[in-house]
Amino acid sequence: MSAQAAPLSDDALTRAMSALRSDFPALHQDVNGKPLVFLDSAASSQRPQAVIDAIARYESQDHANVHRGVHTLSHRATDLYEGAREKVRQFINAASTREIIFTSGTTESINLVANSFPGEPLQAGDEILITHLEHHANIVPWQLLCQRTGAKLVVAPVEDNGEVLAEQVISRLSSRTRMLAISAVSNALGTILPLDEIVPAARSHGICVLVDGAQATPHSDVDVRALDADFFAFSAHKMVGPTGVGVLYGRAELLEQMPPWQAGGDMIENVSFDGTTFNDLPYKFEAGTPNIAGVVGLGAAVDYLQNVGMQNIARYETLLLKYLEERLLEQGDIRLIGQAPHKAAVASFIMDDVHPHDLGTIVDQFGIAVRTGHHCAMPIMDRFNVPGTARASLAFYNNRDDIDALVDALGTVRSMFR
Amino acid sequence: MSVSDLQALYRDQVLKHAKDPYNFGKLEADAVCADGNNPLCGDKLRVCVQQSNGALDDIRFEGSGCAISMASASMMTELLKGLDTESSRKLIGAVIDMLKSNIDTEIPESLSDTPIAALGAARQYPSRIKCATLAWRAIEAVLDGQQQTTTE
Repeated sequence: MSAQAAPLSDDALTRAMSALRSDFPALHQDVNGKPLVFLDSAASSQRPQAVIDAIARYESQDHANVHRGVHTLSHRATDLYEGAREKVRQFINAASTREIIFTSGTTESINLVANSFPGEPLQAGDEILITHLEHHANIVPWQLLCQRTGAKLVVAPVEDNGEVLAEQVISRLSSRTRMLAISAVSNALGTILPLDEIVPAARSHGICVLVDGAQATPHSDVDVRALDADFFAFSAHKMVGPTGVGVLYGRAELLEQMPPWQAGGDMIENVSFDGTTFNDLPYKFEAGTPNIAGVVGLGAAVDYLQNVGMQNIARYETLLLKYLEERLLEQGDIRLIGQAPHKAAVASFIMDDVHPHDLGTIVDQFGIAVRTGHHCAMPIMDRFNVPGTARASLAFYNNRDDIDALVDALGTVRSMFR
Repeated sequence: MSVSDLQALYRDQVLKHAKDPYNFGKLEADAVCADGNNPLCGDKLRVCVQQSNGALDDIRFEGSGCAISMASASMMTELLKGLDTESSRKLIGAVIDMLKSNIDTEIPESLSDTPIAALGAARQYPSRIKCATLAWRAIEAVLDGQQQTTTE
């Protein structure tokens, strides 16, 4: 399959995606005596053999430190590392590899921006705008920043159906707003946010925009230049890559004026006890020996996804999500939390009279992995007045059989609790 | 683990306590209370104790949680009500030790005939043991004069 091919019919697309399951060794095992049904990809996705092999090859043949040695292995490691940076640049359509900073993940990417805040230092009365459905990683770094500076955290609301209305965000932008930090896709509800309306409105007021893209990159095409945000953060492990590595994309003119965050090797140009000058972008923000194997794995994950085609993935997952939501709703005792008109790959739900944790424990005995709890998004759970939900999240390697297995297991949950 | 292990945990006795817990509700204003939180699960319980002359005259709890935490809280109120502080502490310690022990460890005689023995099956599920201990940690906090406890 290739991203450039003519669009496939729904059936052909489904067959093509089913064939990809064999690329994922973890999917082919029994758990608690039943074939594994993995419906927790929004927490972390499984990895294809190509990613596992790329990391193993690097570790067994090509490892040395990057940007340091004159010897062959150091060159090889550096080529792989910088090659992955170029792959990521293409993947999100950034203008330059100078704008691609490797981090440990979305959380570190956001913390970097909160700590090296662009422009004038924040002051009391300045505002940072987020939404009610953000992941803790896009709440707490800003809360801490507000505590340090006296700035105020402003929260745009979420509608009863889980939707975020553009006007509810735009109307909260003010002359004091210094940063809009907003998800592209909600991890807890699956809501796709209307960034195409929100981002230009913020930018036209000169307000800096950071997009938490952790749940967007696994499911859809990302074009940071079309999106026009100042920053875009994401993690490898949600998009078939390894854990412990992620990306901060930032517009070069902002990154250039921002101070370094962490200091150490690789991020310097010259060090003396009289003072230090810093390296150019992106190295200014990559202190110390990086997670080279992780970056190599991320590069392989980008290759894999691009070969499948992000548009194919988005289309297939939309079909699958529709089936998942239909099957859950036809049960009669299941309520979906979050039914925004535009959603990605996530069904968060509550079963009448059954706590999500009991549900999670029981379906696990049938080999089914779902996430239960607050999904690191406690404020949005409070918003819907639930202690947590069960969440089935999809990737392109899931199929209708996975969903049918979940629904069957929910039948057992029901019979145990009635 | 298997589906029969699961049935061992979610047996009728446990579900009966969870669905219709004993001593669920509030106590008079002079009762001593502590909140128990299990942040991983979102279980939140408040346990209140009315004490006089070193005895636990009345115990109530309120809040929300999974079947395991609710059943455990309900069983706790039944087991501890009317005991003196010293016997309560002994029993609380024995229950927490039992719930934290390896699944193969036999349930001690002092507990084997009590409803809490049914929750011994929670030891199969590492992420659920904290649900079972939550109410016991909360009442321990009441006796220790603390207002909050957590199973994280």
